[in-house]
Amino acid sequence: MSVIYVLLAISIIVAIVFFAAFIFSVKNGQYDDSYTPSVRMLFEDEVVKQKKSLQKSNMDTSIESNN
Amino acid sequence: MEKQHCYHCGDDCDSDSIEYDQKCFCCNGCKTVYEIFSENNLSYYYDLQASAGSTPTAIEGTYDFLETDSIVEKLTEFNDGNLQIVNLYVPLIHCSSCIWVLENMNKLNPFITSSQVNFSKKTVRISYNSKKTNLKEVVVLLARIGYEPYISLEDIDGKEKKVDRSLIYKLGVAGFAFGNVMFLSFPDYFDLSSSKTSGGEFWLNQYEVVFRWLMFTFSLPVVFYAGADYFISAYKGLRSKILNIDVPISLGILVLFVRSTLEIMFDLGSGFFDSLTGLVFFLLLGKFFQQKTYSFLSFERDYKSYFPIAVTKINDDGTEVSTQVHEIKQGDLLLIRNGELIPVDGLLYKGKAQIDYSFVTGESVPVEREFGDKVFAGGRQMNGPIEVEALKSVSQSYLTQLWSNSVFKTDKSTRFQNITDSIGKRFTIGVLTIAFLATSYWLYFDASLAMNVFTAVLIIACPCAIALASPFTLGNMLRIFGQKKFYLRDTAAIEQLAQVDTAIFDKTGTITTSKRSWATYEGMPLTPEEESLLKNTLRASNHPLSRTLYDILSDHNIYTLDEYEEHVGKGLEGSKGGKHIKVGSSEFVGNREVSDSLNTAVHVASNNAYKGKYVFHNQYREGVSEVFRQMSEQLQLAILSGDNEGEKKNLERLLPKLTPLYFNQKPEDKLTFITSLQEQGKKVLMVGDGLNDAGALAQAEVGIAISENINVFSPACDGIMDASKFQYLYQYIIASKKAMKIIKLSFLLSLLYNVVGLYFAVTGQLQPVIAAILMPLSSISVVAFTTVRTNLLGRKLN
Repeated sequence: MSVIYVLLAISIIVAIVFFAAFIFSVKNGQYDDSYTPSVRMLFEDEVVKQKKSLQKSNMDTSIESNN
Repeated sequence: MEKQHCYHCGDDCDSDSIEYDQKCFCCNGCKTVYEIFSENNLSYYYDLQASAGSTPTAIEGTYDFLETDSIVEKLTEFNDGNLQIVNLYVPLIHCSSCIWVLENMNKLNPFITSSQVNFSKKTVRISYNSKKTNLKEVVVLLARIGYEPYISLEDIDGKEKKVDRSLIYKLGVAGFAFGNVMFLSFPDYFDLSSSKTSGGEFWLNQYEVVFRWLMFTFSLPVVFYAGADYFISAYKGLRSKILNIDVPISLGILVLFVRSTLEIMFDLGSGFFDSLTGLVFFLLLGKFFQQKTYSFLSFERDYKSYFPIAVTKINDDGTEVSTQVHEIKQGDLLLIRNGELIPVDGLLYKGKAQIDYSFVTGESVPVEREFGDKVFAGGRQMNGPIEVEALKSVSQSYLTQLWSNSVFKTDKSTRFQNITDSIGKRFTIGVLTIAFLATSYWLYFDASLAMNVFTAVLIIACPCAIALASPFTLGNMLRIFGQKKFYLRDTAAIEQLAQVDTAIFDKTGTITTSKRSWATYEGMPLTPEEESLLKNTLRASNHPLSRTLYDILSDHNIYTLDEYEEHVGKGLEGSKGGKHIKVGSSEFVGNREVSDSLNTAVHVASNNAYKGKYVFHNQYREGVSEVFRQMSEQLQLAILSGDNEGEKKNLERLLPKLTPLYFNQKPEDKLTFITSLQEQGKKVLMVGDGLNDAGALAQAEVGIAISENINVFSPACDGIMDASKFQYLYQYIIASKKAMKIIKLSFLLSLLYNVVGLYFAVTGQLQPVIAAILMPLSSISVVAFTTVRTNLLGRKLN
């Protein structure tokens, strides 16, 4: 049953690896801005649009600010 | 007539809108931005968010100083002569379109290699090839597309702001240890430590020691690293003879750790390591929750964030050169452009100055200055370029002298004991009394249990839930206020706000808006033709007073004038079909009457005969009189204005009877006024907006800066409030009071848990399992209670 020592050692090492990864990511500034990436991932990669017909009415737009 | 909105910025297009590409724009700037975007296939910008842009400002020569190497060196984060990286603060970032266009800047300038937005800080970090382009080009490009970065003296003088992440590390350590110790405790939970005597689980007994020492190891960093702040704070408190809440907390942590260690050393039990690590984890969570910061706002601003970095200096040979503000010496000749700030006290050397000092003195009317007059730092030139000869250096100018007052040196937080600490004292005394009473009882009846009971009382009474009540309530309240555009510096500001009994208001810019959109006409009535001619004359002028007056006058047909002339600093004249009209200053239109009015007026003459004048009045914010009426029931009010008495009658009509009004108050007068109130034991709330209020804001228990645009400068204060929310100020004060009630209720709740826990402790039956259940239960229920209550409170706010 001394295998339990091995298992304990492995599990603690795995836990410490995750902990180290967490500390590393905080140090790296990955948690400094949690909002922008969530918006960034929604952008189209292709910024050049197909010319759409400009029939849309843009008269009733209103400014929206979400800060 | 249907209102049309600008395709780019969403403002109303008034009569002089521009049609382009079947879209309507309010000004050339917006149209230019649209052109830039469509040429570069960036019109996807408008699909993300309609009317997302903002009107770009006119720029010419403003950014010349960015060609100076020493300034570039200070502003850039990285610079190896080839690649430069700069982090710019762009206050106008407000939606996903902004992020998108700023991150696609390389489409507009191919030498920009990357640009990354940090939305919460409102900064954009741009890397570019400094061989092919330069900082000035990058900044000018930003300004041209309507995202003008805010670069001030602070960026150059500023000490490197270090991001303090230690709390997150501590939280990580505590959470990591807490989770693992919980797992390692499981054998003990299920076997309930009775195993050795009653057989129990063989393997668990076999490896009990391993598990226990592992738990001990995990708890070491928690006690000595993550919980270190509590020991330090308790020690500091004791040294200055204060029993703050950290004393019983540290006592609890220490006793938990020592007793648990002794238990596993002498094989008495498995100890309370799970409770210990959980306790520290929850406490730090509370601290983390309280640390809400509005990273895009700065509450610590002084004149440096208001001053430009550089100013144009005129050399003896007439050449213009960009100089850092700090390098201005006495005798230098400076060129101040329209709308620029005068950085030093000086003498007017050339040009006609109209200087807006409203930010420094509260005086709302621009002051006219002639050749040889003195001008002061902090004023804004409103009327074409002027040349000024510097009399002093920046650090010795009148405005900067304000900051040498000691009130800016003291830390406000030291003058105030928060609710948790004030309860901490009574709590500590109570717990220690119970512990000693229980111990002496057991010493008498069963001495073997005495030590157990003593430590058990200290462990279970550790005021975790009490320590959590305030951070979670106030932290949540900060968030709710933030959503309502009322940004407070920290949780202490809410506590202070709940206690105020006196509110002092500045006038200009605080209870009045910056727009003066209200004027009355005095004199001989104008004929319809004259009024129509006047309106058409005003149409062509960009002077703020002309724009205001143009909006006030009723609609007339638009026609082209035969003649039109604008005399800078004097007025306008226009003629049509033999009729001729002059509008402007009193002397310009040939008024011989001496005016005794203190308010700004625009005079009108038709065919060289004086007709009358339009007198402008301060426009008060919506709901001012209502807010004052509500407040006067509970608070003492007063108005302290740096302005003259021109508005006295209007104010008296608007405000509750007998509200004291003080005019012509200098910044120092405001400060001493607040100090004298505080000496009478009053808790003062100061509401202001400008540098002239900075001293008073710093001196008052709570200083709130009202701002029409929260991203631009506001003086150092405890809170920044969006001007549109001014009418709800009293509601927010009431809400703060209610938040304090919620905290007191949750104190009661956690005391109940303590009573239950103490029953187990005093009778000597405290098992690790009971501690492990009670402790998180009390913490979580207190957190849930405060969160639900504050959210309900927030829902009622406007």
